[in-house]
Amino acid sequence: MKKLINSPDDVVADALAGIAAAHPSLRVDVKARVITRAAQTKVGKVALVSGGGSGHEPLHGGFVGPGMLDAACPGEVFTSPVPGQMLAAALAVDGGAGVVLVVKNYTGDVLNFQMAAELAAEEGVSVETVLVDDDVAVQDSTWTAGRRGTGATLFVEKIAGAAAERGDSLAEVAALGRRVNAASRSFAVALTAVTTPAAGRPGFDLPDDEIEVGVGIHGEPGRSREKIRPAREIVADAVAAILADQPLESGEEVIAMVNGLGGTPLLELYIVFGEVASLLEARGVRIARNLVGDYVTSLDMAGVSITLCRADAELLHLWDAPVNTPGLRWGV
Amino acid sequence: MPGSIDRGGLFDAGAAHAWLLAVAEAVEAAGDRLTELDSAIGDGDHGANLRRGFRAVAATMDGPDPETPGELLVKAGMTLISSVGGASGPLYGSAFRAVGKALNTPQPNPGADAGQLAAALTAGLDAVRRLGAAQLGDKTIVDAWAPATDAFTAAADDGGDLARAASAAAAAAEAGALATVPLQAHKGRASYLGERSIGHQDPGATSTALLFRTLADVLGKQ
Repeated sequence: MKKLINSPDDVVADALAGIAAAHPSLRVDVKARVITRAAQTKVGKVALVSGGGSGHEPLHGGFVGPGMLDAACPGEVFTSPVPGQMLAAALAVDGGAGVVLVVKNYTGDVLNFQMAAELAAEEGVSVETVLVDDDVAVQDSTWTAGRRGTGATLFVEKIAGAAAERGDSLAEVAALGRRVNAASRSFAVALTAVTTPAAGRPGFDLPDDEIEVGVGIHGEPGRSREKIRPAREIVADAVAAILADQPLESGEEVIAMVNGLGGTPLLELYIVFGEVASLLEARGVRIARNLVGDYVTSLDMAGVSITLCRADAELLHLWDAPVNTPGLRWGV
Repeated sequence: MPGSIDRGGLFDAGAAHAWLLAVAEAVEAAGDRLTELDSAIGDGDHGANLRRGFRAVAATMDGPDPETPGELLVKAGMTLISSVGGASGPLYGSAFRAVGKALNTPQPNPGADAGQLAAALTAGLDAVRRLGAAQLGDKTIVDAWAPATDAFTAAADDGGDLARAASAAAAAAEAGALATVPLQAHKGRASYLGERSIGHQDPGATSTALLFRTLADVLGKQ
């Protein structure tokens, strides 16, 4: 598999150097692997720190900036960052009002962030953790590690980030983040397997005429393997899976994201969004805001994830608040 | 290699040093196989992660060894926690830290006998269980580590020396790793696969078996 890289071992460091060169609004510590805003956190503002494996760009580093994250910690490709990174980030951006850690629900992320939270607390930083687990493809039971955190991470980071910017307290920002997560559901479908730079070949075999339904954002196989069908039918199944888990009544409003997993043409994402829109319209559900594009990717995987967040006036108000990051920008 | 394990057949700092270097070599050699196993039911990074971690561990051991094997293992655990990431970093890191701490509790121990090392390895297992909330049969590291400590302890209780206990532990760990093939994963990323995780050997249990095999190799060379 061809990759535009120098060496598999240098992928993250080389990309961070590029991010630093491209975005002077960010401070990128390539060695410590911490991305912060160039400007110091205002005293009294709650800081938001997230992180996770690399390979999901623009998540998380692309969402650092006014109105969203204060810091992001990129791990190796598809590998959670280590506790020292989050500790360094928390210490760098704490403005005295505490730090909210936004964590996607994967065993590795949870364990490393948990250790980081303990270390930060020992250093005198007040810490709250918001766990994102929106992916309905995986059943939430005591017998699994629980649902995966995927597309809703962007919603949590945007809305909690806006709340922090307006001066909400640590507890309030964390509560809002949890509310966004609880209101959000996602489902993803892959057309191809993902190829990590280290492995150099696809992580699983997916025949040309088959799709992986319920796939995760690390190329981990999903719920089932099915034949490729028209987009309309695939989207109908995905939306049905979301609504089966969180029914939406006529008259309700949502923020909808149709997210490319890295290797999907925007043309196809719009086809998918059109199907989502007509399905929801038929139910009387209004898409109040939307995003269509590559936001939470899985390297080169072709496929799409759909995330719906049940919105109310406050969430929409915070969604509309100004945001100025490399990956998300409006109102500025 | 400064392995000095024939001083009364104790697990001392030289033995711990030799063990950690041997693990680094074994992980280097087995990395691709671990990655392959992880690709089947996880995300295919287990080999690369452990390689990175144990390279870092090996790099910290250039200087003179500390007085006790416990200090060396605690340091290795800290290095793993700060260099690996993923779930295996905190889990293996905490395990090594716990083994090292147990060896030096209640007082610093320059050389552990089979019974003392058995107790320390069990403390390592407890750390993994606590952090990962995994039970035997969940298709995790625990499925190799638990039978290994059982076998190590039984051999030590039976009057076996370090070499015999470690050899029994290695065999039990390898059997435990093999026995994960028909299991359904209940923890970690493989749990998302549900029944489709059945039929694949767990990469974490496999790397744990590697740890115990290298321990047996090192302790068997006295």
